[in-house]
Amino acid sequence: MLSRTADHLYWMARYIERAECLARLLDVTWQMSLVPQSTEVADQNWRAIISLNSLEEPFFERFDEANANSVLRFMLTDMSNPASVYNCLRMCRENARAVRDTITADMWETFNTSWLELQTHRFDSVLSDPAEFFEWVKLRSSLVRGATLGTMLQDEAYNFIRLGTVLERADNTARILDVKYHGMQPGQREGTTDFYQWGALLRSVSAFEVYRKTYRSVISPSKIAELLILHPSMPRSLNFCMRAVVKSLELVANEQSGETQRRAGKLYSEVRYGRIDDILSRGLHVFLTDFMSRIEDLGDRIHCDFLETSIAA
Amino acid sequence: MGASFYNEMHAADGSVRPHYDCFANWLKSTPSERIDRRRAEADMAFHRVGITFAVYGEDEGTERLIPFDIVPRIIPSAEWKALAAGLKQRVKALNAFLHDIYHDQAILAEGRIPADQVLKNGQFRPEMLGVDVPGGIYAHIAGVDVVRAGEGEFYVLEDNLRVPSGVSYMIEDRKMMMRLFPELFARHKIAPVLHYPDLLFDSLNSVAPLGVENPTVAVLTPGALNSAYFEHTYLAQQMGVQLVEGRDLFVHDDTVWMRTTQGPKRVDVIYRRVDDDFLDPRAFRKDSMLGVPGLLDAYKAGRVTLANAIGTGVADDKSIYPFVPDMIRFYLGEEPLLSNVPTYVCREPDDLAYTLAHLPELVVKEVHGAGGYGMLVGPASTKAEIEAFRKQLQAHPERYIAQPTLSLSNCPTFVESGIAPRHIDLRPFVLSGEEVRMVPGGLTRVALREGSLVVNSSQGGGTKDTWVLED
Repeated sequence: MLSRTADHLYWMARYIERAECLARLLDVTWQMSLVPQSTEVADQNWRAIISLNSLEEPFFERFDEANANSVLRFMLTDMSNPASVYNCLRMCRENARAVRDTITADMWETFNTSWLELQTHRFDSVLSDPAEFFEWVKLRSSLVRGATLGTMLQDEAYNFIRLGTVLERADNTARILDVKYHGMQPGQREGTTDFYQWGALLRSVSAFEVYRKTYRSVISPSKIAELLILHPSMPRSLNFCMRAVVKSLELVANEQSGETQRRAGKLYSEVRYGRIDDILSRGLHVFLTDFMSRIEDLGDRIHCDFLETSIAA
Repeated sequence: MGASFYNEMHAADGSVRPHYDCFANWLKSTPSERIDRRRAEADMAFHRVGITFAVYGEDEGTERLIPFDIVPRIIPSAEWKALAAGLKQRVKALNAFLHDIYHDQAILAEGRIPADQVLKNGQFRPEMLGVDVPGGIYAHIAGVDVVRAGEGEFYVLEDNLRVPSGVSYMIEDRKMMMRLFPELFARHKIAPVLHYPDLLFDSLNSVAPLGVENPTVAVLTPGALNSAYFEHTYLAQQMGVQLVEGRDLFVHDDTVWMRTTQGPKRVDVIYRRVDDDFLDPRAFRKDSMLGVPGLLDAYKAGRVTLANAIGTGVADDKSIYPFVPDMIRFYLGEEPLLSNVPTYVCREPDDLAYTLAHLPELVVKEVHGAGGYGMLVGPASTKAEIEAFRKQLQAHPERYIAQPTLSLSNCPTFVESGIAPRHIDLRPFVLSGEEVRMVPGGLTRVALREGSLVVNSSQGGGTKDTWVLED
């Protein structure tokens, strides 16, 4: 397969997953902002989203302060922000268009319809009722996943789509956990507020019921970290995503991808055989920062190995 | 000029020509509702599959359907045999000419063609001097535009040797006719054309660089915004080869590679649908984003075959066209089987004077023009248009040639008011590899406006299926 084709498929998948994850992250922050808390804490949470995505500079060029209104505006519908949900969906459709002959008609139509519907969303109403928009983004992403799984030949093209999806998701789960875990400063107990905050985090990754089923106990920060990092069958956990990364890499492997596979395998074994106590005693933030930089390294290596292949000088 | 246009279907006395008998009977006996329904079906099907071409000069990305007409253009077997022999002869001579001017230049030495006309031509590529190409073939795919003036009387209008398009419509038109009117195919013996991609693939394989056993063939496209992008995708898909853009390729050690997920893969034969100017930014236009840096070097080193070769444009230039019959005599020692249209070369003072004096009767074309742009159709133009054109012509006579308006033949065609005669031409596709081959027929283009002689799709022309009847 042409590297350019693989590149378009991989980024098509990353962008739709990124739009979904961003909607989930904004959703949890939105829900938390509805629980009684000081304005200071609330704005701190919104600001964390900007710093998490390293967007301070462009953001503060346009807005004086980070609050619900400015951050939602910037991250959802702002056309000048390359990381906005709007632009993720645009990039995802552009990549899909370039490989129209490789993906199925069902997939293309799903992407295309999402884009057309996005044009008709009234941006004012998006900001006054963001929850509805979050749901819409998640639904469109689910439809793409469904159309892909339901209609596409599971060949090399499929494997690059899968690789883009799970790599992007691993990164985003780590991010969401990092920003929320610290934003909530565990240990500083506030009773019921705490319950709602952690509950929102779980709901944002559609894991509230999973948590109940798995632990049959009250919500505790360390168990949430365990669920999102180590649970082998929770679809958005780091363990689950890394297993899928390793498998997809095996399926598309070429002569120069050995080192990339080794690094992915090593990272996978850490989340597969790790224990939450060890991770917490080492420091969750330290662990997640390391994880995210290794995901970035994998992304760079995938780019070199598959998407931009040329004769090594 | 007169009203006596040759009608493909009807003789002057109104009777149906014998080779149209069967079709005329079918048309008469088929209820018009059924025909209307089928025509609507054809429209929908072309839309659904997206058989479109992009239109330049309008909003970027505007795509249009080429109107398709269900009345076929039918050519009797004997006429086709004569036509085909003439086309093959012509393309052989053109290939010999191209080889000659990039090597010994014998035809120039003998003064058969003024040397300046070739060597100072913008389409002449000095880079190709002394370069040997596989089999000595330059124009692997030629689209020769032919018009008919009377019975058995065909004229070659122009030879397209660069990147001629339209063959995908020839194939799709045939598929559509077979789907809509299978009974017609049961009743007639219509020579098949659907194996064209096979012939093309075979021709491309046969001109692989020396010593390459199983060549990798690719189609090179400028990209999705090109007007013929549909055709590029289509041909790549039909031949089962990779469709690539310039950025998918790179040159290393004078070899062309395509970037794949399994590492670089060598490319041996490139059916390029990109013009010379844009092929290699290192050799030609520096600003080209469509090409591959170093491609010319790899080509000259004989490590890759380009179809068509670089520099074929000089032979399809309208100022060289008047010399093609001479080329046939010179290289093949044969008399030309097909006629040229009498042509006035405006760089010659006598020809210019004649042209200026007869503008209302002539068709004046830009030497390098294509797609029906920048031309004057005298009989169809207003006085003001003619006068405006006269100034351009006087300012740059070397840019133009003039030809009498031929009495292009008519073919019955569905138009709003029913079936009416419309002018047509024919573009057969001649493939040169180890041998010169073609599928019987070609793309028939039809001018949909009443009286119009312009059949180009970019000027609102349509297409028809072309039937060559077998004995």
